Amino acid sequence: MAHAHESNVKRIWNVFFILSVITIVEVFLGIYKPAGLHLTNFLGTSPLNWIFIILTLAKAYGITWAFMHMEGEKKWFRRSIVWTAVFLICYLVTLLLLEGGYLFDTLGPLVQW
Amino acid sequence: MEANIAIPSDSKETWSGGGVRPFGASYGKMMMWFFILSDALTFSGFLAAYGLTRFKFIDSWPIADEVFTHVPFIHGDYPMYYVAFMTFVLIFSSVTMVLAVDAGHQMKKNKVTWYLFATIIGGLIFVGSQAWEWNTFINGSYGAIKTSDDKILQFVKDGHQVGFADFVVGDRGDERVTHTKKNGLWFVSGQTVADYSVNQVIESYKADPSIQIKSELIDTGKKQKVVLSREEGLEQLLKGTQIVEGANLQVNEYGNTIFANFFFFITGFHGFHVFSGILINIIIFFNVILGTYEKRGSYEMVEKVGLYWHFVDLVWVFVFTFFYLV
Repeated sequence: MAHAHESNVKRIWNVFFILSVITIVEVFLGIYKPAGLHLTNFLGTSPLNWIFIILTLAKAYGITWAFMHMEGEKKWFRRSIVWTAVFLICYLVTLLLLEGGYLFDTLGPLVQW
Repeated sequence: MEANIAIPSDSKETWSGGGVRPFGASYGKMMMWFFILSDALTFSGFLAAYGLTRFKFIDSWPIADEVFTHVPFIHGDYPMYYVAFMTFVLIFSSVTMVLAVDAGHQMKKNKVTWYLFATIIGGLIFVGSQAWEWNTFINGSYGAIKTSDDKILQFVKDGHQVGFADFVVGDRGDERVTHTKKNGLWFVSGQTVADYSVNQVIESYKADPSIQIKSELIDTGKKQKVVLSREEGLEQLLKGTQIVEGANLQVNEYGNTIFANFFFFITGFHGFHVFSGILINIIIFFNVILGTYEKRGSYEMVEKVGLYWHFVDLVWVFVFTFFYLV
């Protein structure tokens, strides 16, 4: 690692600042739940939920790339970790959520309210 | 690369991979990354199972804002604030950890020591908060009635949820008290008897017209739980079989029992990761003080442990989103 001895302190605080701002925005939206975002539907769930998911992925990127120093690893080492995780998790989540929706469609009508 | 060629492993360095560095990463760091990958898949399995179950009960799933409403030392409804605090504590302890790694690169022993110390403190605050959160969840806030068809009925007055103590009057009517060693057979034990009986709650409901029943069903238009009319409420209430106060693996006053099961399992598994992370941090902390890494000429061990600690933070970011926000 050629850059091993230079200090990254400034960058670390920058990333912390960004992660904090994202968290504050999430908490703010989570408490106030603007009706226009919360009660409408977009691609299967509310726009608010999509905002939460995108902000979460942004935070995950910040933590992995800056704090865990993924940006400094060799390209194919990085890909062996990130691509594997992203592919398998997307696959699993897709199957399980489809199955969950199917279970609701078939079992939901049998529940009496 | 020396593919298919056996590397002599009788040297003393076999534990660290004998100095072979594929992809420019040391053996230990690479294995830590692969462990993190497998652990990430475990956690995503849990969260995806949570998603499946939530989709299965999409019309009656508990609303997180109505479940996690407490802040220590303060009374009232404050959804999100405490868990947001916990998130900040964990992110900040991640920052001190990465600062420790950075100081390690520059071989500044003192700085590494103090940053690691701050990381351990942050971790302890987080696990403590987690324990408090569990305790609050297990003890419950208002109490509810479980019906013979496994539904949870909560009580509201003027649009706000109320507890039994706020409207239940009279006495239990069945003379039951919790068995204690000093007033019965000391060698047998019985179930804890709730302060109120189901019949007493039904009578009090009939007597107080301002009380309404909140069902588990979600009004999809408003994304709020349906509040039943007085007549519908009584009809449901007459099916009541059990007083539920708090949540455990059998009953949950907030709604679906499996919500409580997932809460205990996922936050518990994450909390256990934090706990073991703190232990490893403490070991590393003492090694730093003793000068182990100073002598070794490299603080890479702090970096490897730091990867694990950041991963714990990374998982919490997802747990926070899918348990408390979405």
